[in-house]
Amino acid sequence: MNVSTNVPPSGPAEPLAQRLAELRGPAPQRSLNARSLAALAANPGCHRRAVLDAAGVDKTALAARLGRPAPFGQSPFAISRGVIFESRLKADDYGALLEPLRAHLGVPADDRAPLLVPDLLHRSGPAVRADRTAEALARAAAEPEAWTLLDHPMLRLDVAGGTAYLEPDALVVHGGRCTVIEIKSFPVLDGSADPAKVGAAARQAAVYVLALQRAAAAAAGQPLADDPYTEQRLPGSPRTSVLLVCPKDFGNRPTAVAVDVRRELATTRRQLSRMTGIGRLLEALPPGTDFDLAADEEGTPARTTEQLTAAVEAVPATYSPDCLSTCELGFHCRAQARCDGRVEQLGRGVRGELGSIRTVAGALAAASGTNGGTTSSGTDDGDPDGVGTDDAAERLAYAAALRAEALGAGA
Amino acid sequence: MSLLTTLARLEAVRSGRAEPLATVRHRHLSERPMVLVPLTTAGESGAPLAVMLGTDRDAPRLHLVPQPLNRTLRFDFLAELAADLLPYLESFAEDVEQIEGSEKDPETGEKTQVFRELCADAPQLIVPNGAGVHHLALIGRSTRFRRTAEDAEPGPYPAPLRVPLLGRWLTHLTDRAQVPGSSLLLPMTGLLSRHWATGQSHLEDQHLAARLAWHDPPEGLGGARAAELVETGRDEHGQLLHPPAGPATDPRFDEFVLGPAISRYDAAVTALQHAAEQRDGTAAERARAAVRAAVDQLEQVLTAVLLPTWRDVWRGLELLRALPSAGHLEERWTGDRWSYTGHRDRLAAGEPPQPRQDDAVTAARKLAQREREQTRLDVQEALDDPLAMAEHRLAGEAFAGVVADVVLEYDTTGRSPKPRPLVTLHTADRPHADLGREVHRVHGPSTQKAEIVAVDPAEGTITVRVLSGMGRKKEPEPGSLPEPGEPVTFTLFELTVRQSAPLPEPDDTPWTHGGPPGAASVPAAPASEEWE
Repeated sequence: MNVSTNVPPSGPAEPLAQRLAELRGPAPQRSLNARSLAALAANPGCHRRAVLDAAGVDKTALAARLGRPAPFGQSPFAISRGVIFESRLKADDYGALLEPLRAHLGVPADDRAPLLVPDLLHRSGPAVRADRTAEALARAAAEPEAWTLLDHPMLRLDVAGGTAYLEPDALVVHGGRCTVIEIKSFPVLDGSADPAKVGAAARQAAVYVLALQRAAAAAAGQPLADDPYTEQRLPGSPRTSVLLVCPKDFGNRPTAVAVDVRRELATTRRQLSRMTGIGRLLEALPPGTDFDLAADEEGTPARTTEQLTAAVEAVPATYSPDCLSTCELGFHCRAQARCDGRVEQLGRGVRGELGSIRTVAGALAAASGTNGGTTSSGTDDGDPDGVGTDDAAERLAYAAALRAEALGAGA
Repeated sequence: MSLLTTLARLEAVRSGRAEPLATVRHRHLSERPMVLVPLTTAGESGAPLAVMLGTDRDAPRLHLVPQPLNRTLRFDFLAELAADLLPYLESFAEDVEQIEGSEKDPETGEKTQVFRELCADAPQLIVPNGAGVHHLALIGRSTRFRRTAEDAEPGPYPAPLRVPLLGRWLTHLTDRAQVPGSSLLLPMTGLLSRHWATGQSHLEDQHLAARLAWHDPPEGLGGARAAELVETGRDEHGQLLHPPAGPATDPRFDEFVLGPAISRYDAAVTALQHAAEQRDGTAAERARAAVRAAVDQLEQVLTAVLLPTWRDVWRGLELLRALPSAGHLEERWTGDRWSYTGHRDRLAAGEPPQPRQDDAVTAARKLAQREREQTRLDVQEALDDPLAMAEHRLAGEAFAGVVADVVLEYDTTGRSPKPRPLVTLHTADRPHADLGREVHRVHGPSTQKAEIVAVDPAEGTITVRVLSGMGRKKEPEPGSLPEPGEPVTFTLFELTVRQSAPLPEPDDTPWTHGGPPGAASVPAAPASEEWE
């Protein structure tokens, strides 16, 4: 799908932004960051998550209000480990960080081309920092001979009528192009790292690359390339391979690995283009629905738990057990799925196995040979799913007979 | 996940309890297993925090690292762990039996009788979950190359003597755990999922306590609710009532309990150093007491988070022991004993530690072994357990039914007529069977092959012609054929695993496949490997 995501934030986006602000109520907007944008890709079919994220609702607080708080947290040990690793890399004028970059980017070792590290006004607000970063990036890209390192730059990305500010760990600019540097504290052990963690880092880096691509295209007055797999060579545009800097083995010595993020980039672009279509999801909401988490001065919440539950209910979710580890509302959605007896509670694969049978009761009825009731009406209206239902029901009944026989024989 | 497993899960949702996935126990359980519950430090790869272990449910032993970032303390911990675990691992090395075999003389080609030692029993480690196995592998990797004071070049930070040995054992055990059906090192969650289905997903089943909640849900609560309470229930201080089975600890435990306890330890140690510098005897005495108190407190909080999991693992063993053991366990355990004996011999022969990465020849051998063992496991489980056989029947790879008719026929093409009787059975099974397909009789008096000659789905009958296993006479041996009315099962797959052609010896392996020249240069042990 090559839908351009380069929708200008003006025009139809403004009423959208207003509608999203209404959904959120007076609570401060939870800005989207690279992590949450990347997480959208984890469950692209979930309208609930798309709407709540677009509106910037604090999902952690919402989950707590719904009675099933998010189980997430980060250990202070893990945080300090990350901080220590990064600060070591940046000590001595980025000496340790440059070491692994030399091999990959060809950063010269001697003083022929000193590394420029412009001040990016880290103490300012995000808007100021983003402007400053754009300025520094443009200046660095204009001097192809120079080596510039942007330490914690701030990037802007327009998402669904709102602006997300993103902060990569570093950018290296040389030859008019830039490379995203992502520093992670999980180790590369004997040349390989945890694929799940590398995948998460790649998805996150892809969001940065996208922001940089859009900025470069806008600066050059050109549209973003339709095909996410082609690299646009514009001044200041990013390379589609990012450098992942991790500790090597069990120590603190860094090693860098180039990771091609074009696939993640394509996924992210597709997700974001769907988010711009969030208006359709909002139209489906009953009037008056909102997720106002604010409380008045006496601490009385603006919305009762029942109202919030109903509001959340109004947006359909696509629950799968993976949500428990990626989404704050995972436990809430699981409880709902269990309450409704939906088969997704057992895993994504189960749904495929059971054809169009959607409920536990329906599946068990099919297994016992009685009519699935709620499920097997599909054949009447000529629905092709109906054939699947019968087939799945038949197989279930056969499996149940085999199981009963085996358990009877084994007892 | 097969449809039968899904069905069992659906049933578990309805009943609110775990439902059986096996009628027998498919993994060997030792009389004296070593239960080991490890904990790791968040953010530090393979950095141990504590371990609770023992062979006696009522007497767990705890080892801990009071400051996980301190290399010396980590070595102390590993030395303690080695002193505790190695005697158990080595205690099986002495008692051996002699196994007769033959060896071919490479020059004359003559076979000579040889005896090989096989340890009579082997150790068994049980950890709570798959992540525990991975953690032990990391400890193995991080310690087996360490140099000790006994090495020629001990390097700047020599490890205690037995630590590299511990690393080599852990590497061997975690490597063996990759072999399907092996039982030297087993994760409890894996054991339970093989034998019971819960009404939740595989992902949630990784939480040992939540899994177990489906086995004994409290009165009036279904498994789902009981599991959720285990996952999320917290006390008034925000601490989980049932800590996760590790090796990662709960972040809130790290933040509010463990972090402060470690800080207290650090402060006490700093005070002790200060007192020592000042040569202040009374202050030093006070500081020493403070260090002891801080370690005591760490012991207390870590015991508190480890004990529930410790009990869970034993509870799991109890559940598994209640199942009758499967028929082929002994045979597979013998494979584990060979594995143990082999490692014992390699250590005794002074071989270097397992390399960081296998060379091509070793990797190919390991892969071939795992594939072979997987096939063997599938076949053996099917033979041992009607529920496992049901999986094959559902997949169309086997069929079972009651014999309706036996018609004696003869093959008269040869010099003397050979019996080729036709057996017709009633079955609801629909095997993916073409006519002429070879099938194998399950649990017959001897190995018996047959071929499919007719399938009538409308009548629900399948007719096979029996080809072997009837003796050499003109009439089939009495009892070698099933009688009408007798239940019988045939499989489309062979019941003995065919040995694939052996891989050539490393020396005979062509260089294109990793053989000589330049064969297997063992990378130098990285004594200088940083570890902090």
